[in-house]
Amino acid sequence: MPEELEAVIGLEIHVQLATRTKMFCGCELSFGDEPNVHTCPICLAHPGVLPVPNEEAVRYALKIGMALGCEIAPRSIFHRKNYFYPDNPKAYQISQYDIPICGEGKLGDIRITRAHLEEDAAKTIHVGESGRIHGSAASLVDFNRGGTPLVEIVTEPDLRGAAEAAEWARLLRETVRQLGVSDVNMEEGSLRVDANVSVRPAGSTELGVKTELKNMNSFRFLQRGIEAELERQRELIGAEGTVEQETLHFDPASGDLTSLRSKEEAHDYRYFPEPDLVAIAPTEAMLQEARDSLPELPAARTARYEAELGLDEAQARLLAGDPDQAAYFEAVVAAVGEAAEPRVVANWVTGDLTAALRAADDAERPAVQPLADLIGAVASKQVSHAGGKQVLAILVADGDADVAAVIEREGLAQMGGDDGELAGIVAAAIEADPAAAEQIRSGNGKAIGAIVGAVMRETKGRADGGEVNRLIREQLGL
Amino acid sequence: MIDREQVLHVARLARLRLDEAEVETIAGELSGILEHVDRIRGLDLEGVEPTSHVVHLENVLRADQPWQSMPPAVALANAPEPFDGAFRVPSPQADAD
Repeated sequence: MPEELEAVIGLEIHVQLATRTKMFCGCELSFGDEPNVHTCPICLAHPGVLPVPNEEAVRYALKIGMALGCEIAPRSIFHRKNYFYPDNPKAYQISQYDIPICGEGKLGDIRITRAHLEEDAAKTIHVGESGRIHGSAASLVDFNRGGTPLVEIVTEPDLRGAAEAAEWARLLRETVRQLGVSDVNMEEGSLRVDANVSVRPAGSTELGVKTELKNMNSFRFLQRGIEAELERQRELIGAEGTVEQETLHFDPASGDLTSLRSKEEAHDYRYFPEPDLVAIAPTEAMLQEARDSLPELPAARTARYEAELGLDEAQARLLAGDPDQAAYFEAVVAAVGEAAEPRVVANWVTGDLTAALRAADDAERPAVQPLADLIGAVASKQVSHAGGKQVLAILVADGDADVAAVIEREGLAQMGGDDGELAGIVAAAIEADPAAAEQIRSGNGKAIGAIVGAVMRETKGRADGGEVNRLIREQLGL
Repeated sequence: MIDREQVLHVARLARLRLDEAEVETIAGELSGILEHVDRIRGLDLEGVEPTSHVVHLENVLRADQPWQSMPPAVALANAPEPFDGAFRVPSPQADAD
């Protein structure tokens, strides 16, 4: 029996910042334009030019750092990362090395190692037959993307599974998205996630040899890529082999991992301080401005919903992850007031309402007050839950409908036990199904469902389930 | 001292093809630079802060305002083999072999 191998995963996330211009020059950012329409002597690396950092990019980096609880460096500098490849005409990328703008932090349970500023590379397209030069294959280079501001976020190897890694990456994306500093679109490449994957005997504290996975342009592929690589490493070690440190490219179509060595061959970047750029030393005003502009982020909102509104964690996280839905939920909670618990409102918003919107081809949410009225009406038993769902469908179609009028018009007012009407229907249902009645009498609690169902059909859902149960038991002398 | 192997390694990283005579010349020149740095290291630098820059400036930043980029024809004017508005270059894959 081979020993169990535990997954050890760290992520490196590149976030393209949604500034108007590039990191070190005033060329406009764009996606999908004609090639090379946003270039200048700086981003094409003509001799004698001087890069000047974009202050908005610095501001965005500070916001990201604060949202991730990072220590902000009092003074950080840029470095040149030297590599020779056509996607970078300077033959180096301006990045940060030993003193990144954002140091250690934490998001959820996962420690952040650092977050630093750098520039994106140009886009290269490999061309086949038609683009051949002197018989050899060629690449086409489009510098529109070259120089786009990036923040690279690096985590500690704290993740222990593929699903956990994908879920945490979603939390990170939502967090960055709510900061308003990036489009975080994985398909368009404004959010790129690489994974460092290794395995080790469970319980060990040493790190195994890791591989780096690239090109996972969705959370699903991220999870599948990591799963495939974990399986490969476990099989390799199970067969007494050893994992080699390498960069792997994940092909989502085939699920294959292929070694990607050409560009990575030389992990010898010969970093040195960028002499053309001076240090970034955030002033108190810059820090305050970034701090003031932080919205309440998903992790904090989840914690608040649990602590202050009494929601369970899964529900809190579900609501907190979507800022529009969270704002709507909070408005409904306020409008409902004392009429129902926030937990009940959360059930409506994440459950019945979500289902009703989906059933109506992703309709708009109804106005806050009608939904609050409806939740209050169900809570005070003016209408049953089943009847409430019928009202909800009408609200989804007409967001400003008057709930009391709808209940009245549709004849959905809940039947109470007071006037004897419901008791009569219950009695008829018992009489119509003597077999079920006998089973209930002899202790088969489940049999009550048949009679409850009959009553609900007869009342078209207007009866309160609890009251029907009580009446059945009462009439059967239980 | 920078030896032949180190010169060839750095030349490879920079995609430079050097002949034997150049390797020798460059090994000598690079060694000279390092020797000079060693000479500086020999000075008494007690109390001198290490610096990466010679100017004492911080936060030299620019506003996030777009400027006029170059027309693509100008950007590509010096490209030896432009193709469909792009810079066409030998495949880096082929180059790596």
